[in-house]
Amino acid sequence: MTRTGAGTAWTRAGAYWFVSLRSRWRGFVATSVLTPLLYLAGIGFGIGTLVGPVERSGGATYAEFVAPGLLVAAAMQTAVSESTWPVMSAVRWSRQYHAQLATPLTVTDVLLGHAAAVTVRLAVATGGFWLATVALGLARLPWALLALPAAVLAGLAFAGPVMALSVRLTSDQPLTFVFRFVVVPLFLLGGVFAPVEEFPAPVQALVAVAPLWHGVELARAASLGPGAGATPAVLWGHVAVLVGYAAAGWAAAVVAYRRRLS
Amino acid sequence: MLARPLALVGRNVEVYARYRLVLASGAVEPLLYLAGIGLGVGALVGDVRTDAGSTVPYAVFVAPALLATVVMNGAVIDTTFAVLFRLRFARLYDSVLATPLGPADIARGELGWALVRGLLYAVSFLAVLAVAGLLRSAWAVLALPAALLVGWAFAGTGLAVVTWLRTWQDTQVVQTALLPVFLLSATFFPASTYPEQVRWLLWISPLHHATALLRGLCLGEVGDPVRLLGHAAVLAALGLAGLAVAERRFGRLLLT
Amino acid sequence: MTPPEAVVRARELVKRFRDRTAVAGIDLEVRAGESFGVLGPNGAGKSSTMRMIGCVSAPTAGALEVLGMDPRRDGPRIRARLGVVPQRDTLDEELTVRQNLTTYARYFGIGRREARRRAGDLLEFVQLADRADSLVEPLSGGMKRRLTIARALVNEPDLLLLDEPTTGLDPQARHALWERLYSLRERGVTLILTTHYMDEAEQLCDRIVVMDGGRIVAEGSPAALIARHSSREVLELRLPAEQRQSNGGLLHRVAHRVEELPDRVLLYVDDADVVAAELRRGGVRAAGILPRRATLEDVFLRLTGRSLDDS
Repeated sequence: MTRTGAGTAWTRAGAYWFVSLRSRWRGFVATSVLTPLLYLAGIGFGIGTLVGPVERSGGATYAEFVAPGLLVAAAMQTAVSESTWPVMSAVRWSRQYHAQLATPLTVTDVLLGHAAAVTVRLAVATGGFWLATVALGLARLPWALLALPAAVLAGLAFAGPVMALSVRLTSDQPLTFVFRFVVVPLFLLGGVFAPVEEFPAPVQALVAVAPLWHGVELARAASLGPGAGATPAVLWGHVAVLVGYAAAGWAAAVVAYRRRLS
Repeated sequence: MLARPLALVGRNVEVYARYRLVLASGAVEPLLYLAGIGLGVGALVGDVRTDAGSTVPYAVFVAPALLATVVMNGAVIDTTFAVLFRLRFARLYDSVLATPLGPADIARGELGWALVRGLLYAVSFLAVLAVAGLLRSAWAVLALPAALLVGWAFAGTGLAVVTWLRTWQDTQVVQTALLPVFLLSATFFPASTYPEQVRWLLWISPLHHATALLRGLCLGEVGDPVRLLGHAAVLAALGLAGLAVAERRFGRLLLT
Repeated sequence: MTPPEAVVRARELVKRFRDRTAVAGIDLEVRAGESFGVLGPNGAGKSSTMRMIGCVSAPTAGALEVLGMDPRRDGPRIRARLGVVPQRDTLDEELTVRQNLTTYARYFGIGRREARRRAGDLLEFVQLADRADSLVEPLSGGMKRRLTIARALVNEPDLLLLDEPTTGLDPQARHALWERLYSLRERGVTLILTTHYMDEAEQLCDRIVVMDGGRIVAEGSPAALIARHSSREVLELRLPAEQRQSNGGLLHRVAHRVEELPDRVLLYVDDADVVAAELRRGGVRAAGILPRRATLEDVFLRLTGRSLDDS
């Protein structure tokens, strides 16, 4: 990391991503907070009238069950959106990375800067929704506070590997496939709307490979509190998976960025 | 009348012939929704009492709504994202206008293509529903033309809307705007779930008309045919109005 | 009813936009089979005129007749017989080279088999047959322009409109393009082309109009225009200001006309070498002396006081 001038280098790289956001932050907040809220209203409360207490989660109402799922799903959506086309654009079309690299910044600074920006956006996007959820009485403090870092961690577990992928692409076709074959299936089958146990075993196995379900379980446990029946050992297992994904993913990203940009 | 727009449909067919995989994979999404919502949530819900009074498993109840949603999403994305790209970034239509095609032909051609894609997805989805035993009536045969009508309604609307869009951010706004439509349409739960006072809002949601029409046909709830025809008429009119607006706006945007 | 020989006829044609007037009332007539040029700097109104002739822009006022028909009423029928090479390549980047031609042919209602046949012939004509199945994006600028010309010919048009066809191309590509346009002329296709390159206008056009600020300032064949508005030859002198002052009298005596530009002085003469010798005898010390033929650039300078480039 370089240290020259005002602030450390990567914070300056990161700051760029916020300048570009300044003009459209309202749209960003609206979509990232509004979207899960709408799902919550429509599906959480709407279907909630048809569903009784969810036994697998200690008798929580359906809305209480769905809310943490939506939280982590929103984190996944934000993380993947930020790691796909913006990264490709920064490499190939608008070439922002190249602009940053023409300064004293190194490749690591550039990546760190972008990663920091993604993290902050994750926090903002999920934080807004989570505040609303708590206000609606769907999450029980103080444990519910842990749901937010769980969601951000899950988001980072996605962002790392996806950025490593996006930086190397020449065409954006694979990005469409990432959404169609990873994000959407996980969203629908990953324990957000229904316990994953309701699905056949092969589906459960596939879902367990990706970070989403682990994040959802963590957030749900935090949100519903100790009474919901999650054991600490299992929860630490989920944490381990997310940390593993994040660590491996970001390491891969460093390698991929270095290879592509230097 | 149709020959000129068909040439534009032909152009899109040639382009997507090279992206067959993308096209085919689009059919997967509705199936995932069916599995996730129909199966998964269905396991929690059990049986549902529809507005027409019959009691069916949740998956049967929700499947036609998923078909309507899928057709809606497809039509809107095709006519906003893809057309926006062609209209403002690739500037494809500039070259087309130097031929006998005019702006109205271009609008109709894009609508035609959106319908072709909608047809592909509707056919594959209905086939899966049939095989999975989620269609409960012979009337479901009419679900295919009904699905086309749904596509017509939303593609027409999408084409009109795209003439006001300018950047990619704007398309995000469209996506977000679709969500409330989603909610106010009795898709995942019956209309009786809504409190009395807001139930009238259903009538202004095109997705509700689409869902109600398809649900009636797939479940065989045709006891009140006037109602179903009314839904169909609304969808037809919506598409027609959208196309008319689109034709005029394309003219204003493309000719100087 | 216009005599069939006039392919385009315009009377007091005007195009006004909200904030400016692009074409301020022009008259022109293009005859069948001729190669007609519209010369002028950027912003002169050339492209707007071409768009009106191409039936994609409605005139604000005035009369316009293309191929004997009214663009306002018969737009599609006229366009069916036009070929258009626009200023910016509008090729379909999602299709291959060959598909660009076949798809375009179908917009004209040409059948599939015939479209393929014509595409093959045209690709030969513009020498792109070996790239037929490649996508458009990797082609060079010159190749893309040749493809655009091929596309403009797919409907075997009576009238070909070219808007700045060689702008942005390197000299080799320009000459390759001129070759293609020469053969089209020989086949009898009527060409209307706009350009701000006077060598292009001189080489390719039978008749030209010079446009500036939305109006036509001169009209005729290139040779006639030069003869009318300029001398036969020009002597360009790079002369510092003091020299211009001190030698002013001599300069004005030897030349029909003297034009002072910021970086040089132009002397309009009949024989540049003779005058150059006279100046040397008269003690004029110029940093650079360039004798040359008069061109349309000089005509433009004479008519508008500006050069074609720096407008």
